[in-house]
Amino acid sequence: MAILSKEDAKKILEKVISFSKADGIEANLNGNDGGNIRYARNSVSTSGEDSNVSLGVQSYYGKKSGAATINEFDDASLEKVVRRAEELARLAPENPEFQEPLGPQTYGAEPKTFIESTAKITPDYRAQAAADSINPASAKDITAAGYLEDSRGFNSMMNSKGLFAYNKSTSVDFTVTMRSSDGTGSGWVARNFNDVSKLNTGEASKIAIDKALQSRNAKAIEPGKYTVILEPNAASDLISLMLNMNARQADEGRSFLSKKGGGTKLGEKIVDERVTIYTDPWNEEVPTANWTGGGLARKKMDLIKDGVVSNLIYDRYWASQKNVEATPFPGNRIMLGGNASIEDMIKDTKKGVLVTRFWYIRAVDPQTLLYTGLTRDSTFYIENGKIKHPIKNFRFNESPIIMLNNLETLGKPMRVASGGGPGGGGASLIPAMKIRDFTFSSLSDAV
Amino acid sequence: MKRRDFMQLAGMSAGAMMLPFSSFANEVDVAHLLNPLLDVAQKKQLADVALNTAKSLGATYTDVRIGRYLNQFVITREKKVQGVQNTESFGAGIRVIVNGTWGFAASNNVTADGIKKTTERAVAIAKANSKFQKEPVKLAPTPSYGEVSWKTPIVKNGFEVPIKDKVDLLLNANAKALEKGASFVNSRMFLVNEQKYFASSEGSYIDQDVHRTWPGFTVSMIDRASGSFKNRDAFSSPVGMGYEYLDGKAEDKVAGPGGITLYNKSYDIVEDATFAAEQAKQMIAAKSVEPGKYDLVLEPSHMWLTIHESVGHPTELDRVLGYEANFAGTSFLTLDKWQTKKFNFGSDKVNFVADKTQVGSLGAVGYDDEGVKCKSWDLIKNGVLVNYQAIRDQAAIIGEKESHGCCYSQSWSDVQFQRMANVSLQPGKERLTPEQMISGIDKGIYIVKDGSFSIDQQRYNFQFGGVLFFEIKGGKIVGMLKDVAYQANSQEFWNSCVQVCDERDYRLNGAFNDGKGQPSQSNAVSHGSATARFNGVNVINTARTI
Repeated sequence: MAILSKEDAKKILEKVISFSKADGIEANLNGNDGGNIRYARNSVSTSGEDSNVSLGVQSYYGKKSGAATINEFDDASLEKVVRRAEELARLAPENPEFQEPLGPQTYGAEPKTFIESTAKITPDYRAQAAADSINPASAKDITAAGYLEDSRGFNSMMNSKGLFAYNKSTSVDFTVTMRSSDGTGSGWVARNFNDVSKLNTGEASKIAIDKALQSRNAKAIEPGKYTVILEPNAASDLISLMLNMNARQADEGRSFLSKKGGGTKLGEKIVDERVTIYTDPWNEEVPTANWTGGGLARKKMDLIKDGVVSNLIYDRYWASQKNVEATPFPGNRIMLGGNASIEDMIKDTKKGVLVTRFWYIRAVDPQTLLYTGLTRDSTFYIENGKIKHPIKNFRFNESPIIMLNNLETLGKPMRVASGGGPGGGGASLIPAMKIRDFTFSSLSDAV
Repeated sequence: MKRRDFMQLAGMSAGAMMLPFSSFANEVDVAHLLNPLLDVAQKKQLADVALNTAKSLGATYTDVRIGRYLNQFVITREKKVQGVQNTESFGAGIRVIVNGTWGFAASNNVTADGIKKTTERAVAIAKANSKFQKEPVKLAPTPSYGEVSWKTPIVKNGFEVPIKDKVDLLLNANAKALEKGASFVNSRMFLVNEQKYFASSEGSYIDQDVHRTWPGFTVSMIDRASGSFKNRDAFSSPVGMGYEYLDGKAEDKVAGPGGITLYNKSYDIVEDATFAAEQAKQMIAAKSVEPGKYDLVLEPSHMWLTIHESVGHPTELDRVLGYEANFAGTSFLTLDKWQTKKFNFGSDKVNFVADKTQVGSLGAVGYDDEGVKCKSWDLIKNGVLVNYQAIRDQAAIIGEKESHGCCYSQSWSDVQFQRMANVSLQPGKERLTPEQMISGIDKGIYIVKDGSFSIDQQRYNFQFGGVLFFEIKGGKIVGMLKDVAYQANSQEFWNSCVQVCDERDYRLNGAFNDGKGQPSQSNAVSHGSATARFNGVNVINTARTI
């Protein structure tokens, strides 16, 4: 039941809409089957599955709206949920920001977000994927702790203005941390795909095992400003922080995109001109649904083009206030890269630091987008074009805006999970990058 | 509520707002929240289906949690109500041990047939994983309690308070902040009721009714000319109380140093919103801090988060053992340090107690989510590490005969595991007020309310911000500072603790959204302390230009 076809979803939604007696109605029908396996100390620790389909109905009278949800789909239940939403709408306080549903949209081709092989993952597959990661670790006296999560689901919606939208998708997310038996080395790797046939937990795990071995007995070097080479996951951790480009916050003066004296930085250059970041639901590496909340059609759209802010995200209310078109919230982010490999960047570096990933990144100042966090799971010192030795982890205090003004080189983009891991929602294509004058402010003893 | 949904809610303070929908939560009307779905006898009958099914399929242990999780959100900004939402999530989670291996499955089909099928899935998962099991699960013994119940000792059930009263209260607070010149104000009310029924194959049938309340706001002040802005968050705390927390009683107001008003066991949101607007203006005009070493005076609404990160997490035994290595991390408080019985975690002023029973705290319940009766115990005694936080399948590793009773799951649909108890710094034994503490400091900063926070995966190196920073010079507060953050190593920091105010200054603060585990789960936890002094801590300046 959890994955309904486009036709079956449409049939249920048409019935729901037909029960409406309010000024208007919007219904969302979503389903998801998920599974996961977690291991630590070279042994499986927890594992589970969940499954759910639910129907959410929002009815409205003028600017008063009410919502109700149900997970039963016989006619009586469908009518009951519509009546309940209408009852709640009548009792609700008026919301001056309420927007009536959209009319029909043009969505273009269906992105390839659903892959059959991922939808067919079983508990036995997950157990084997964990074993493929644990076995090579045990063989080298390394301790593995990892997590694999897979999901398959669909989203669909219809409203009383004739809009219907449907998308189904799959995803699998894998991360593993490998620690040396003496506790002085740690490596990590992450993989995220729509298509599980691209995932090989054994091969990925070997990268983390090698890093665990190479990062043993790290030396301390002085904190300060360093040239850094950020692997794609590390780069993505920081770049994703600047891509919530909310227009309302910018207009209200409480965003890094607000301008001194009033107004926003739309159309202004804020980072190096080699930085171009866009969204495209049909990208083959990171496909995503071609519509978003309320049924608004997604499109290929620049966020930052040649270093210049090319779009801010206007929700429908704020767009109506500013007389502009509403902006669909991006489902993926794609940053243009270059051809340099990480090895090329290392060869080209006189003195620098190679960062595998960051950890515990938190905002320090929303006005300058200053964030703090730490390096984690393998950090190396580079001297005269070579990795010299592993180094102790650093705490950084840095803004992605400052960082992208100090850009040296862009590498090849790689698919990474957005929002820091499983369940974070969506994926991005982000290149490795070399940055000068990155601010490390203190040392950490953590391994 | 799922952690990612909670994060959406938490994000609204920046102005953007999305209503949080748990993937399993249904939206319902208020009257529905107040009606019980099943009585205890019905729940017991269903639980027995799971226990009997699992036993017949070879499980050596089974527990079942039939849970109904209710949330209410009221969200406003300035003069507008942006959302009112009631959600209910109802279902059953079943955990089994087969061949020494855990299996878990959950479903919102809470019928005898649904429970039977879910139990079969849990057993199948345990069997699939047992092929690769290297450490068979061993549970510390716990008594069978028979049929028992527990309820948070609330005075007023927040769900029974009309929505209109909550909306009026929030809009009134917003109006006061705007009157005082606030540029924007977002406010919210968040209520939780967990109705949890637990049964295990060891003979306990436990019915619990847990309540939590969290009012709050963010006042924003914008200075368009300079392009700068500051946010002043409410001085409220999430609490394990009913709506009586909003009574704002005179005896619960605390006059703090620097002319500020703090709140103890009840909260006056309208008054605090007024102060917030005034203070936000001062925050913009404040002097940028000179980096260097300062003596820090940390107020309880700030202190709780430093305790949470640098004491609460590293004393979690599952982290110490490596179960969280791939996500939350491990711990610098390794077993060999504990085994010495003299590991110097902090100065002799530093005493930490873990407590799952403290009245008004977020962590207080009668029994944890694996049927263990809750209690309190020492973690750090006179500066020495003496114990960890452990649950049934790990207690034996540290020689404990029983679990500490700190197992929790955020919902019926997630598997329970070790979660942080309330971990609190015990007040000083000598009479001392915050004003007396400040009078003894030549160069220091008094910090109020939690702000930015970050700590490494073994809990050595941390950095914390705050909301209000007052400069102390020659024993006196001389003005407000901005751009302040302090960095330290946990062990060095707690060894620099030279004074803790007495119990008159002790207050609880906490969070709804302590995250851990994969998939990530939220835990609600409180941390108590009195104002404390730390000598010679490194302070950095966080101002930047972009």
